[in-house]
Amino acid sequence: MPRSLKKGPFVQQALLDKVDKMNDSKGPKRPIKTWARSSMITPDLVGHTFLVHNGKDFVSVYATENMVGHRLGEFALTRIFKGHGAHTVKAAK
Amino acid sequence: MARLLGVEIPNEKKIEYSLPYIFGIGLPLSRKILAHTSIDPNIRTGELTDDQLSQIAQTAQALKIVIEGDLRREQQMHMKRLLGINCYRATRHRRGLPVRGQRTHTNARTRKGPRKTVGAQKNPGAKKGKV
Repeated sequence: MPRSLKKGPFVQQALLDKVDKMNDSKGPKRPIKTWARSSMITPDLVGHTFLVHNGKDFVSVYATENMVGHRLGEFALTRIFKGHGAHTVKAAK
Repeated sequence: MARLLGVEIPNEKKIEYSLPYIFGIGLPLSRKILAHTSIDPNIRTGELTDDQLSQIAQTAQALKIVIEGDLRREQQMHMKRLLGINCYRATRHRRGLPVRGQRTHTNARTRKGPRKTVGAQKNPGAKKGKV
């Protein structure tokens, strides 16, 4: 079931405050370090760069218009798949 | 074989079950269209008059139903958007794995295709899943 429209999209308040502050000040948009992977990218956030935590590092995500409606975490993968290789024919010998 | 909405050629089944042969029309939509045209869904497609066929075509267009090439193009555009923004769903599409969080330890054969055995085996075919 989708989220109730009444509530609107979820953006972590602290993150939203930072973005608003930067939007108002018209200064340069500095990247924002954040752990709020579940925050949705709203039109306000477009044009900002976020350093999204993936559990280990901060992945740089530049929010574009196409990303509106997605969440920050979708762009910072938490798993690295290096492929299966332990049980090849060679390893079994 | 009747021709309907461009290239479509549903066969000699009941019209209700012929319409779903068109890409983009399923049973619910088929029934909806027929309800709007007040054509008996139990008539065989071959027995429909040209008038009735064009009536169906017009109703489908009036209901703004996207079918066939247009629908495929629309789907492709959605895909392109996903791939362009490099999100998790895009990587799942690229790798041909389930997109919506399904398990991949087993199953997921629709997305992954036929089983490909990886690794060493004493008995070829033993891991094929069929004993």
